[in-house]
Amino acid sequence: MHIPDGYLSPATCAVMYGAAAPFWYVASQKVKKALSHRMVPLLAVFSAFAFVIQMFNIPVPDGTTAHATGAALMAIVLGPWAAVLGVSVALFIQAVFFGDGGILAFGANAFNMAVVIPLVAYTIYRALAGRAPVGSSRQWIAAAVAGYVAINVAALAAAVEFGIQPALFRAADGTPLYSPYGLSVAVPAMMFAHLTIAGFAEAVVTGGAVAFLQRAMPHLWQAEAVETEAAA
Amino acid sequence: MKRHTVLWIGLAVLAVLSPLGLLAPGTAWGEWGAEEFQDMLGYVPQGLERFAEFWRAPLPDYAIPGLGDVPGYILSAVVGMGLVVLATWGLGRVLARQER
Repeated sequence: MHIPDGYLSPATCAVMYGAAAPFWYVASQKVKKALSHRMVPLLAVFSAFAFVIQMFNIPVPDGTTAHATGAALMAIVLGPWAAVLGVSVALFIQAVFFGDGGILAFGANAFNMAVVIPLVAYTIYRALAGRAPVGSSRQWIAAAVAGYVAINVAALAAAVEFGIQPALFRAADGTPLYSPYGLSVAVPAMMFAHLTIAGFAEAVVTGGAVAFLQRAMPHLWQAEAVETEAAA
Repeated sequence: MKRHTVLWIGLAVLAVLSPLGLLAPGTAWGEWGAEEFQDMLGYVPQGLERFAEFWRAPLPDYAIPGLGDVPGYILSAVVGMGLVVLATWGLGRVLARQER
């Protein structure tokens, strides 16, 4: 889901920077208010986790690959706004140092993976987990479902960004200037990879990590949950 | 940091296991390079060709020059996580409220 440079027109890239910017601003304000120095190492750990889990490419039956993002997990544990910042940083390092995702396309990639996934995942998690006690299976199941749905919403957003390019931008000879595949190709392809593979990868990562944290670090979990509420 | 030792150990384990991600053949949908477009379409979209090299990353595809795929990928995971930790730690320290 890391859109490289050249796939989106410069105009689309500018729009997507504009779409991400207000979320970066709100996130910095919310984090400023709610994040304590004690939680900074956790912000670093979960951001680094998002970076490394995205290196685990998984084969998709159509010959492409996909991966989990770790963004849903971070939103559930540290709150959606901390996740907006943490995942954005991970994506930025990937783009600048490793060429994974473009620089012009960074706004789009951040919007899809660092804004859509955390906000969707957190909303679904809160709705499904309700006031279930820490350690209950309802919590990790809610986390898994939230991860599955959130990464698929993000994949749909990316597919639309890819898919509108050939309709909007063509060279003088009529060939597509940027991503050549329209919505009728991009949407099914992206959704196939994420509904069949990446969604389950995100579900396993999110649900599994939540189940682990509940048992291994219940105090951390409760303490963070309180601050998460404050940050949401 | 001590309270979270198990989490840092987990990250180290993931770095060592990361080359499993190299086993998957092919490229993610929509992340092809210019050569792959030449093969798939018979041409490279003009705008795509123009902007594809907008930025030259020092370590493209998580490969480290002079190292094999597997050690390069592991070292990339370590370097990348190190950079993420530095950046988020700095950002967090700047933004986080003072303890009361």
